[in-house]
Amino acid sequence: MTDQTTAPLVEMNNISISFGGIKAVDDVSVDLRPGEVVGLLGHNGAGKSTLIKVLSGAYAKDAGEIFINGQKVEINSPRDARANNIETIYQTLALADNLDAASNLFLGRELMTPFGLVDDAAMEAECRKIMGKLNPNFQKFNEPVSALSGGQRQSVAIARAVYFNARILIMDEPTAALGPHETQMVADLIHQLKAQGIGIFLIDHDVHSVMELCDRASVMKNGQLVGTVNIADVTDDDLLSMIILGKNPMEKEDA
Amino acid sequence: MTDVTTAPIPKKDQGNLFQKLELDMRLLGMIGALFILCIGFNTFTDGRFLTPRNIFNLTIQTVSVAIMACGMVFVIVNRHIDLSVGALLATTSAVMAMMQTQILPHTFGLGLGHPMIWILAVISGLLVGTLIGAFQGWLVGYQAIPAFIVTLGGFLVWRNVAWYLTDGQTIGPLDPTFLIFGGTNGTLGTTWSWIIAIVASIAAIWAMWNGRRAKVAHNFPVKPMWAELTLYGIIAASIFGFIAVLNAYLIPERRLERMFEARGEVMPEGLTVGYGLPISVLILILVAVALSVIAKRTRFGRYIFATGGNPDAAELSGINTRRLTVKIFALMGFLCALSAVVASARLSNHSNDIGTLDELRVIAAAVIGGTALAGGFGTIYGAIIGALIMQSLQSGMAMVGVDAPFQNIVVGIVLVLAVWIDIIYRKRVGAK
Ligand SMILES: Nc1ncnc2c1ncn2[C@@H]1O[C@H](COP(=O)(O)OP(=O)(O)O)[C@@H](O)[C@H]1O
Ligand SMILES: [Mg+2]
Repeated sequence: MTDQTTAPLVEMNNISISFGGIKAVDDVSVDLRPGEVVGLLGHNGAGKSTLIKVLSGAYAKDAGEIFINGQKVEINSPRDARANNIETIYQTLALADNLDAASNLFLGRELMTPFGLVDDAAMEAECRKIMGKLNPNFQKFNEPVSALSGGQRQSVAIARAVYFNARILIMDEPTAALGPHETQMVADLIHQLKAQGIGIFLIDHDVHSVMELCDRASVMKNGQLVGTVNIADVTDDDLLSMIILGKNPMEKEDA
Repeated sequence: MTDVTTAPIPKKDQGNLFQKLELDMRLLGMIGALFILCIGFNTFTDGRFLTPRNIFNLTIQTVSVAIMACGMVFVIVNRHIDLSVGALLATTSAVMAMMQTQILPHTFGLGLGHPMIWILAVISGLLVGTLIGAFQGWLVGYQAIPAFIVTLGGFLVWRNVAWYLTDGQTIGPLDPTFLIFGGTNGTLGTTWSWIIAIVASIAAIWAMWNGRRAKVAHNFPVKPMWAELTLYGIIAASIFGFIAVLNAYLIPERRLERMFEARGEVMPEGLTVGYGLPISVLILILVAVALSVIAKRTRFGRYIFATGGNPDAAELSGINTRRLTVKIFALMGFLCALSAVVASARLSNHSNDIGTLDELRVIAAAVIGGTALAGGFGTIYGAIIGALIMQSLQSGMAMVGVDAPFQNIVVGIVLVLAVWIDIIYRKRVGAK
């Protein structure tokens, strides 16, 4: 279990955002501590991706506050998020299909030669290093990522989030495209990053893997927070009923 | 996660001869098509097509469209389109013509033939082109109006702004120094052309050698040394061959006599002088090299391709795609103005219909050259070869004596055919 006395790495307080008439996220608060994995659960369309996109700078929130290490921050663009050491693996992976793995890995943060030109050789070398750790079988360094399999593309997206020394990592359904073997590799990676003190928001459809990997879980339904629970205190069925019924079992006990 | 530090690097020795040379198959295809076209026309014209004179004319006729096609590659790769290039060429040409013949000599009192006139006119044209391009880019990027609509509007606006500026009159004669950008009136002569050939060969080989060294330094696979050297040989031979042809086109005797007379000298008996590399072609080469470097080796270029490949991914990577759009259209506007310099100097005046239908030629050149309208793919050299193929078709058919309407029918068919072949090719190699 993580140390509950340290200052939260991230606090998202009373976040709201709507698209047209739809309240995609409605007054939701979640937090994350160093070395902790917090699962975000909920049906499709519950607002999980939208919530984390507020943190990653992809969407501007309508209301609410974000604190990083107790300091209030304004995140208005993906650049702001990166400046706060927040890295994101998007559900859609967000890869430019026509570019190779190294160009995607460094997109927006290219390594440059002293003459101000992009240093493709250096980027490829770094890419080979990190892919060697994450996915040793990966060999397609000189092909556009459109030529890669789903798992290979996923590992490029993961490499991009891991390479830049994130302190806060957001993973939006990172195992959606993966087979069982690769899913296990991602689980190992999460343990490894957790041990390094990185805080992770993990969005996952699979309740079992959330039970296995997470310290706490926040459940959302229809844009609202159903509740946040310690994984140690709940069963698979508790989580499932929270997702389906939208009721918090902890509140029941209190009553 | 295993803790292997680096994945093993595979040896690169598989594949056929072309793969070993790492030649781009699409590039070879386009060069092959151009080659067949030239040989074909040469046969039908009893050898009049592939003479130094005709090749010289072909290159200077291609320059204006080719310069704009280079910029159009960026626009289309970025998933936009620019239908206003011909009209923008006309407006910038009108501005430069008015500057040379009216504003600078009379309003500012420099007098006709003042040595500063050409440069001030060119600068004002480039400035106007860049600003108009940036404005259109702002409408597309920041106001989210589709580029098709903005530039369709621009097509009508700038064509007629040009008309309004000049009252629809032909403006000329243009400044004599300005005319050197037109082609025939401004060539480097044989000696300088050879020097350019030497410099260009060394620069090209040096750049490729550096690329190889960077790969070797990181232990990446490189092509075998013999393949590398063969490629250098082919490149140097192509450069020298091209210059040799341009040098072989001799300035007609009458014209040479007049040139000597103009300098108050008498022409030596039996003297022959080759034209050499036209300055306009040199400009095109510089544009092509600069834009190729931008495409491959700068952040700006990388972001253009990334945004074309996946706009959302580019945005999420922190790329300011709106500002990028403004920059791309500004560059396009700049290149339209540069084309206007070449086009009006070639005609030695500004005419009201200058650049008419150029938008279609430019887009066709880029697309024949392998630029995908869906965005994300395209090369500068492809666009230039595309422009050459279009111009060769047009000139060749005119020489053979094909009727004007039928010429356009053929060009239209070739455009569709080229894209169709490209689609089949992409399917075959499995690229998207
Ligand atoms: N860019 C957008 N524009 C309009 N509606 C959106 C947008 N993004 C998300 N939504 C809506 O917000 C709601 C929450 O979506 P999302 O956050 O993707 O859910 P989840 O990730 O939990 O499956 C959905 O109703 C979705 O249609
Ligand atoms: Mg989602």
